[in-house]
Amino acid sequence: MSLDIFLQNIVNGLSLGSLYALIAIGYTMVYGILRLINFAHGEIFMLGTYFLYYGVLIFHLPWWLSFIVAIVLTAITGMLTERIAYRPLRKAPKISILISAIGVSFFLQNAGIVIFSGVPKSFARPEIFDKMFILGNTRISSINLASTFISVIFLMALLYVVYETKTGLAMRSISTDMETARLMAVNVDRTISITFAIGSALAAVGGILWALKYPQIFPLMGMIPGLKAFIAAVLGGIGNIVGAMIGGFILGMAEILLVGFMPQLSGYRDAFAFIILILILLFKPDGLMGKNVQEKV
Amino acid sequence: MLRVEDLHVHYGGIHALKGINFEVPAQKIVTLIGANGAGKSTTLRTICGLVDKSQGSIYYEDKDINDFDTRQRTIGGLVMVPEGRRIFPNLTVYENLKLGAFKRNDTDGIKKDLKWVYELFPRLEERLQQKGGTLSGGEQQMLAVARALMSKPRLLLMDEPSLGLAPLLVQEIFEIIEEINSQGTTILLIEQNAYAALKVADYAYVLETGQIIIEGPGDELLQNDEVKKAYLGG
Ligand SMILES: Nc1ncnc2c1ncn2[C@@H]1O[C@H](COP(=O)(O)OP(=O)(O)OP(=O)(O)O)[C@@H](O)[C@H]1O
Ligand SMILES: [Mg+2]
Repeated sequence: MSLDIFLQNIVNGLSLGSLYALIAIGYTMVYGILRLINFAHGEIFMLGTYFLYYGVLIFHLPWWLSFIVAIVLTAITGMLTERIAYRPLRKAPKISILISAIGVSFFLQNAGIVIFSGVPKSFARPEIFDKMFILGNTRISSINLASTFISVIFLMALLYVVYETKTGLAMRSISTDMETARLMAVNVDRTISITFAIGSALAAVGGILWALKYPQIFPLMGMIPGLKAFIAAVLGGIGNIVGAMIGGFILGMAEILLVGFMPQLSGYRDAFAFIILILILLFKPDGLMGKNVQEKV
Repeated sequence: MLRVEDLHVHYGGIHALKGINFEVPAQKIVTLIGANGAGKSTTLRTICGLVDKSQGSIYYEDKDINDFDTRQRTIGGLVMVPEGRRIFPNLTVYENLKLGAFKRNDTDGIKKDLKWVYELFPRLEERLQQKGGTLSGGEQQMLAVARALMSKPRLLLMDEPSLGLAPLLVQEIFEIIEEINSQGTTILLIEQNAYAALKVADYAYVLETGQIIIEGPGDELLQNDEVKKAYLGG
């Protein structure tokens, strides 16, 4: 592989990785607080793209406004799923809420097929994302640069919220000890809603950037990226936000480089992610950034 | 300040509290002593709203608090130092203290109270940026008390604050309890260390398998033969 192609692959890897990172956040935050693997997260990702699609198509909103509206609507949808399908089960055995999550996932997929139809729709992308930057022999598409850049901005905003604000402190306290957080007068229900809103908003951003890269949307489009992002979250240490980001970037980069170095294996691209999952679960089930603070009792 | 009437609690089939009555007058230190499993923690947890009662009433500042959840009770000044410290090990000492003051918006008041808890626990001030989980057991207990003080309690419920501490530290914790009380905070203290608790308490109740069997002023119970035999080692 020449240096040019290698550079090109690095940019592609960063771009894909940043999308996995954005989606993985939602899994890891919800898991951190509720110990729930939110199977419906891939569908939330899918809904974000449709919200934007219809915002532009039916309501003729400018693209950027539709982008914002889609993020907000997706955040609200995420909050509603928690309110309707998870909150009533918070005191039930863990398996119930997990099954409820699978139910929400199927429901949204099928509602999507009914409402949006199962036929893929082509996702219009603003011209600015069609540009190519040519540096010597390296060709870098602007969408790859833009998606990396936008993702990193959102990821930094997230880190700020989680580590520097009162809401973030509330989230971190709930994820370690919900009962004691209540004793500190933390509003647990509200904080959980905010967590779902943030995770879903990031999934919407990820979904829309995804649809700009691979400009076709369909109701089942959330499944594979959702699974991969979940693997990224496990890779980084589920429950750990920085871990999810790192896991996302590693997975995206590894996938692109695998295909780049060994094109004959490109058919195994998806299987590769699952091999990583199995290896992690076998050898480092806590993930790369797994819990390292020991509790003293 | 706090009045508990005919309080019953069930855990499934276990009848943990069988109709207890007691009172905590304002500005006083009241203690609840009893053996393991007597129902002491259950009593405190029910007062905080972490456990549901099956019967009875809890009055705080003359109001029945049945309809208030844990958060609202904390905001109302009913603050607990839970059993086993329960500090947040992955958060820094400073963040733990900030969580104590979570409901408050009076920046100046918070600053003043921070200064006060640093005076009470100088060791915490030296370790503000350290993760709670890396503190020693005794320091963690101090953090748990300091964190509760940051909530501006009017009634402080303490569940075995001296558990697992070396004798010198036990003494220190009890001095601090008296200091907190002298600043105007009412205290309901649960202890297995009956001797120390009875010494600081204005009034005391002895709980045995979910029932109050003896009550009286702290110094009187120290002289009580039954209490001596069962809780003070003869
Ligand atoms: N969550 C629970 N589920 C079922 N039973 C419980 C629960 N919590 C407490 N119990 C039971 O209720 C009784 C009283 O427990 P509690 O924790 O109030 O005792 P305690 O007086 O605080 O004891 P210790 O001094 O050991 O802390 C015990 O028999 C205990 O087994
Ligand atoms: Mg107890």
